[in-house]
Amino acid sequence: MSAAQSAPAAETTYREAVKQAIRDAMIRDPRVFLMGEDVGRYGGCYAVSKGLIEEFGPDRIRDTPLSESGFTGAGVGAALAGMRPIVELMTVNFSLLALDQILNNAATIRHMSGGQFGVPLVIRMATGAGRQLAAQHSHSLEGWYAHIPGIRVLAPATVEDARGMLWTALEDPDPVLIFENVMLYNMAGPLAADAGAVDIGKAAVRRQGKDVSLVTYGGSLWKTLDAAAALAKDGIEAEVIDLRSLRPLDDATIMASVGKTRRAVIVDEGWRTGSLAAEISARIMEQCFWSLDAPVGRVCSAEVPIPYPKHLEEASIPQTPQIVAAARATLGR
Amino acid sequence: MGLFKMPSLGADMEAGKLTEWMVKPGDRVKRGDIVAVVETQKGAIEIEVFQDGTVQSLLIEPGATVPVGTPMAEIAGAGEAATPTAAPPPAVPEPTTAPSPPVAPAPVVPAGAERRVSPAARALAGERGLDLTGIAGTGPEGAIVHADIEAALKGAAPTTPKQSAPKQPAPKPAAGFDFGAMRTAIAAAMARSKREIPHYYLEHSIDMTAALAWLGRTNESRPPADRLLAGAMLIKAVAIALKRFPEFNGFYEDGQFRPGESVHLGVAIAIRGGGLVAPAIHDTDTLSLDDVMAALRDLTARVRAGRFRGSELSDPTITVSSLGERGVEALYAVIYPPQVAIIGMGSIVERPSVVDGKVAPRAVVTATLSADHRVSDGHRGALLLRKIDDLLQEPEAL
Repeated sequence: MSAAQSAPAAETTYREAVKQAIRDAMIRDPRVFLMGEDVGRYGGCYAVSKGLIEEFGPDRIRDTPLSESGFTGAGVGAALAGMRPIVELMTVNFSLLALDQILNNAATIRHMSGGQFGVPLVIRMATGAGRQLAAQHSHSLEGWYAHIPGIRVLAPATVEDARGMLWTALEDPDPVLIFENVMLYNMAGPLAADAGAVDIGKAAVRRQGKDVSLVTYGGSLWKTLDAAAALAKDGIEAEVIDLRSLRPLDDATIMASVGKTRRAVIVDEGWRTGSLAAEISARIMEQCFWSLDAPVGRVCSAEVPIPYPKHLEEASIPQTPQIVAAARATLGR
Repeated sequence: MGLFKMPSLGADMEAGKLTEWMVKPGDRVKRGDIVAVVETQKGAIEIEVFQDGTVQSLLIEPGATVPVGTPMAEIAGAGEAATPTAAPPPAVPEPTTAPSPPVAPAPVVPAGAERRVSPAARALAGERGLDLTGIAGTGPEGAIVHADIEAALKGAAPTTPKQSAPKQPAPKPAAGFDFGAMRTAIAAAMARSKREIPHYYLEHSIDMTAALAWLGRTNESRPPADRLLAGAMLIKAVAIALKRFPEFNGFYEDGQFRPGESVHLGVAIAIRGGGLVAPAIHDTDTLSLDDVMAALRDLTARVRAGRFRGSELSDPTITVSSLGERGVEALYAVIYPPQVAIIGMGSIVERPSVVDGKVAPRAVVTATLSADHRVSDGHRGALLLRKIDDLLQEPEAL
């Protein structure tokens, strides 16, 4: 589990890391099965589950009809009945069809049954813009899910987290949503041969710095790290925090960083209004106000449906130069 | 109630350091009175007040460096009742209105001043009992941030390492020049000029024989202290000529030319030890030659002592740079923005000239004009130099 004890690392794609996480879970626990649109014979719309139906058979790698509410509800039922289902929703935009099952059933049953029933369900879905899939496939709505009590929301941004978060999520007695940014699937990074489950409760400091805290998650992490590198050339040492868990938020890590740097910029691919960035900003105000040297900055998506043309799509979501500018603004530079 | 603010004493000035108050609360002041001495990159400058009234309170302590526009004193207008120095009592809120916002903790911000102080800076200053007056901010929009308070507690502001701690009494300004800062200011102004102003240059030799002959006769009967210098004649001639050529007298700002209302001719004065300033002789065209000479003497003496008035420094409408006796024949000057012209006068030298068909020795000065081509054209520039020449041929009329 700890990187320090890892075996030699091999370059692995994020896609492969997710697949290995599913394989590992299927092998370790016979109650685990994968269910979703095109996950079986087609191998998953992002090719994450390619080959798994040959290895585990159609009972455990289940193709479903185009009925998000129906098969997510089936997942809730299976979890209630003692299984450990992994439901794959093709994209977060389509997950809205399953929102009733997620919010009204999965997230509430423990409460409404007085603790008699839990829903140990994991729902994976793709999120984010950048693949020119236009306004019905490209949004980042994970912030909406982070609003819901009763579920846990994860956003693995690294190969290690893509590999390690699933098993920990399956062990959780309550529903866990995992958001995989579509731009990360092809990203490769070193992954230890014996990489396994990781903690899902803590944010990670991905780069140390003393001048400004850049708080982000998912696909924006890499743009933010690029921004930190650019800022370093101007002598500005930015600290980069990868939230990893969007619900619950790891306030302790965020506040420790902001308390040190006195400045914060939140980078969030969601729309600005009512966003996760807004929530984090409010928490910083509540907990760190007397440590601040500048207003908290936000870099979010433009408040438009994500456009199809490449240049407009790029312009609509957070990019490195905006992050650099927002960080500099907190320093008055 | 008026606020006396840190004035801008030039396009390149961002902040000034108060070295001395010349007034105290209760003093009556009228427009034009010198109320403070401020040290800038160009030296210690006497600052005038622009309204009549009574000094109500001083908001800045000597030694403090504050940005341009920062309120420095409150001045009650004539007829306005002078209230106690304390802030006016807050109005009693109407019972129906929302509760007043929570009062900020300890640190005192001067009344009327919109100082931005970060929460972190406020908390630290409150904890350590530090008065925020006079602390320069280095954060966003000039806000005082945590590091500024830390620096003030250590006794040195981060941006101005040589500044004394705010609470200490300010030392009397010495000569008042920070040569390094002045060089920086000149560099900024000259680089801006060459970057933004499309200069054109004209040159013209002016026969000074008649002028010098008149000068010799005039000075003969005068004690040395009252004698005129050729430089005063050159300045006066330029000032008179400018009345006919307003496009060389004024400022180019925000994409357009604004003619000067009067001729405030700036005189470039070199400073011993390096650098120069070009303060104005106000209304140069209306002064007699004797008055111009007196003004020139006074200005030179005060510049060398490092003391001149803010308005003298900030409002020249054109500049004359004169090399005097120890110079060379010609100089091609760089315009001081936002002015639109500068006239260079070389040393007066004796040269062979053709007069009435014969070669004869004549006293000659080379006058050059550097002008902003966005505002004027060479033809008018040439006429300006010709006009100066004509005026100098009739020195008794100057």
